[in-house]
Amino acid sequence: MTSHAHCSRRDFLRAGGALVVGVMLPGAARTALGQTPVGGKPPLTPDELDSWIAVLPDGRVRAFFGKMDMGQGVDVAIGQIVADELDVAFERVDVVMGDTAVTCNQGGASGSTAIQNGGVTLRFAAAEARRVLLERASQKLGTPADKLVVRDGVVSVIGAPDRAVTYGDLIGGQFFQLKLEWNKRYGNPLLAKGQALPKKPSEYRVVGHSIPQGIVADKVYGKLKYVTDVRVDGMLHARVLRPPTAGCGPVSVDEASIGSIVGARVIREKELVAVVAEREWDAVRAARALKVTWAPPCTPFPAMEALYDHIRQAGVTGREAPVSKGDVEAALTGAHRVIEAEYQWPFQSHASMGPACAVADVRADHATVWTGTQKPHFARDGVAKLIGLPSEKVRASWVPGPGSYGRNDAGDAALDAALLSKLTGKPVRVQYMRDEATGWDPKGPAGIYRGRAGLDAQGNVVAYDFLAKGFTRQDVATNEGDPKDTLAGQLTGYPPKPTVIFQVPAEAYEFANKRCGWECIPPLLDRASPLRTGHLRDPLGPETHFASESFIDEIAHATGADPVAFRLKYVKNPRHAAVIQAAADKAGWSKRPYPNPSRGKGNVMLGRGFSYTERNGTIVAVVAEVEVDRRSGRVWAKRFTVAHDCGLIINPRGLELAIEGNVVMALSRTLFEEVKFDRERVLSVDWTSYPILEIQDAPERIDVVLINQPDLPATGAGEPSTRTVPAAIANALFDATGARIRRVPITPERVRAALARA
Amino acid sequence: MTERITLIVDGKSTELSADPAMPLLYALRSELGLDNPKFGCGLAQCGACTVQVDGRPTRSCVTPVTSVRGKKVTTLNGLGTADRPHPLQTAYIAEQVPQCGYCLSGWMLTAAALLRDTPKPSDTQIRQALAGVKCRCGTHMAILRAVKRAAGSKA
Repeated sequence: MTSHAHCSRRDFLRAGGALVVGVMLPGAARTALGQTPVGGKPPLTPDELDSWIAVLPDGRVRAFFGKMDMGQGVDVAIGQIVADELDVAFERVDVVMGDTAVTCNQGGASGSTAIQNGGVTLRFAAAEARRVLLERASQKLGTPADKLVVRDGVVSVIGAPDRAVTYGDLIGGQFFQLKLEWNKRYGNPLLAKGQALPKKPSEYRVVGHSIPQGIVADKVYGKLKYVTDVRVDGMLHARVLRPPTAGCGPVSVDEASIGSIVGARVIREKELVAVVAEREWDAVRAARALKVTWAPPCTPFPAMEALYDHIRQAGVTGREAPVSKGDVEAALTGAHRVIEAEYQWPFQSHASMGPACAVADVRADHATVWTGTQKPHFARDGVAKLIGLPSEKVRASWVPGPGSYGRNDAGDAALDAALLSKLTGKPVRVQYMRDEATGWDPKGPAGIYRGRAGLDAQGNVVAYDFLAKGFTRQDVATNEGDPKDTLAGQLTGYPPKPTVIFQVPAEAYEFANKRCGWECIPPLLDRASPLRTGHLRDPLGPETHFASESFIDEIAHATGADPVAFRLKYVKNPRHAAVIQAAADKAGWSKRPYPNPSRGKGNVMLGRGFSYTERNGTIVAVVAEVEVDRRSGRVWAKRFTVAHDCGLIINPRGLELAIEGNVVMALSRTLFEEVKFDRERVLSVDWTSYPILEIQDAPERIDVVLINQPDLPATGAGEPSTRTVPAAIANALFDATGARIRRVPITPERVRAALARA
Repeated sequence: MTERITLIVDGKSTELSADPAMPLLYALRSELGLDNPKFGCGLAQCGACTVQVDGRPTRSCVTPVTSVRGKKVTTLNGLGTADRPHPLQTAYIAEQVPQCGYCLSGWMLTAAALLRDTPKPSDTQIRQALAGVKCRCGTHMAILRAVKRAAGSKA
């Protein structure tokens, strides 16, 4: 029996050859140290130091991380934090993540909080482990702890380096058996700490360095095994069939239609239809060949061209005005001039690089699921509920998936696989086809965003009013912890229950009268829907701030102000102002009339645009420089300058690369991405009907200014720069052309139409 | 109906029996356990399934297995190893290109063919050669730097 809980993640990931995994009992896998423990393994609860840190006999350290890295390298950053607190070399720390048998639920990848939240507990735990180890060393060496020094896991007496003992000698292979304080919350808010105070930033030796990701080599040499590569003995391959019309269900299934495919058979549970076969290609062929009669005919969606009218006219299921200062209505009434604009953002798909895949092995009294989800603890809980086992009898094991940027199709695949394994009594591997991945993943919500601003006679802003109206960002929850939030659940008796939740712009403009609010409208379908909404990278961030930062530019233009000077006039928070100034300085921003008076009459027009936002403590400002081709309408965002302040920087190079990825993905969403649909179904089902950025459209350069704040807490970087980009592009387009485009995606057709109007 | 088919993959000759209509991708993954080419779309739209067939970047998801009978198939694994890396692999590590990495076969095997035929490509040539390959994590800037680094010119 192989259990990769017994080896580090890196050992596991580097195991060559086919990834054939044995089946293990969840209880048996709880041994974090891979050997017979002394005194018994404490329970895997956040109030146990052993749930976070282990020292192996050879002195290597394992850190058990309950959040996740999706490729940006936050596990490296966690290793740096732990190495610093424990005074061991970075190379001697292995960060283990994604296995519910050996990690606590810190929320998985969620809200760019890996370092911001997850790193805090790991830092506290590592500091506490060091304190305990120093205490033990003090006894062993007969020297007070304050006369000891630690270098790379070796504790020695100051001034007498021969009197030394290693971490491995002190505790290697044994459990700490030590309690921590815990706030009794799971997920993102989880916080546990011991007695030890973490180090001061001035003492960091590893944090702040650009340590590369070791896993990159495994990827480029083709050694890394993905969830799509997991094979379990006796496993069946499955494909699911989604209804051709949203909202209809299977009435009859003609099993004879796949009779010629030997070994293929139909599995049906209520509204869920799937085929299984021993060979993958046979499952693919069977899914194509299977004849299913679906009913009733449904037309649950508005015509696509009527989407924004639908949103304007729809009833409201919930509203809030989180920002409300002064008397906006009175100030608008008394204003010398009022500016209004409305912006629109479409449904967008995660469109992950590969369709989701999961392998599940459900037995009578326990189950294992291998999944690419970014929240394996919740996948465990959702699987447990769906198949009727207690959560502690289910083990979810993350294996790298084909890209993850929020609540994509991975969670659906995990529960599909579990249900099909239960129904067949065999391990089952599910992989979606492209049309299911793009057509049926949870979508980023469509919405409209209205701005109104009142100006006095001198051009000062006396009133600012921002109102969003659209679909909630959570028709399905942020995770698959409840079957109602998955297709497998929704098709088998767990109706969806959307949460009404939206957001307002995050910025620091100090207008005397200011109101920012939102209104949510009902989902288009009360059943499993290919237009159900869910979290997509920086949920509602690009949407909301495309509107708010475009509108700020419209106000600046209306008052004749320079866009940067205008922002600095109203942003008093010095940290925010510094980020705005840093982006402007780096980009060589100089005051000149807006739009660009020297854009010329030629076919290619040049412009620059500014945008600034905040997200959960991280402040970002962006300058976009674009070329617009008058004839084709093509926009090329040639250069971006990004100033980024996320507090303490753990790994500068990793941070820059994460920012680049955010900028490029946001560029793609701004210029190219829109889920197409008709009255019956989603029509965006592949890369032709849901195009994303091609390398021709990648910028010439992205300059990043990192503003390090060593004495401030580290905040997130996995998403924040995403929201700043769309308005920077729209504002640059206006600068280049004098035409304002208020609808995403900013396609060549829309640019040509706007130029014709301008 | 199955046929016996001989394939030469990463320098090794292997025989398998398969439905002749089965795409090469499934032969490599399911029959031979060679997992580097990935299923991305099954439509030749993304590049995740790319292999080289006699040196030419080929989308294995739409290539019938019978059509490569006796031809040389190279997967990402056959491009180079940690001991004998292809310059692109070295450059990809130096530039820390991938995030999820699921798309790598498309980018790397396509760029390897470009560098073989055009050792010092311009930025435009690189972008043209890599057209149609998808990356959802948005690592394009690092991809461009890595290809230029592998070509020996400073990114």
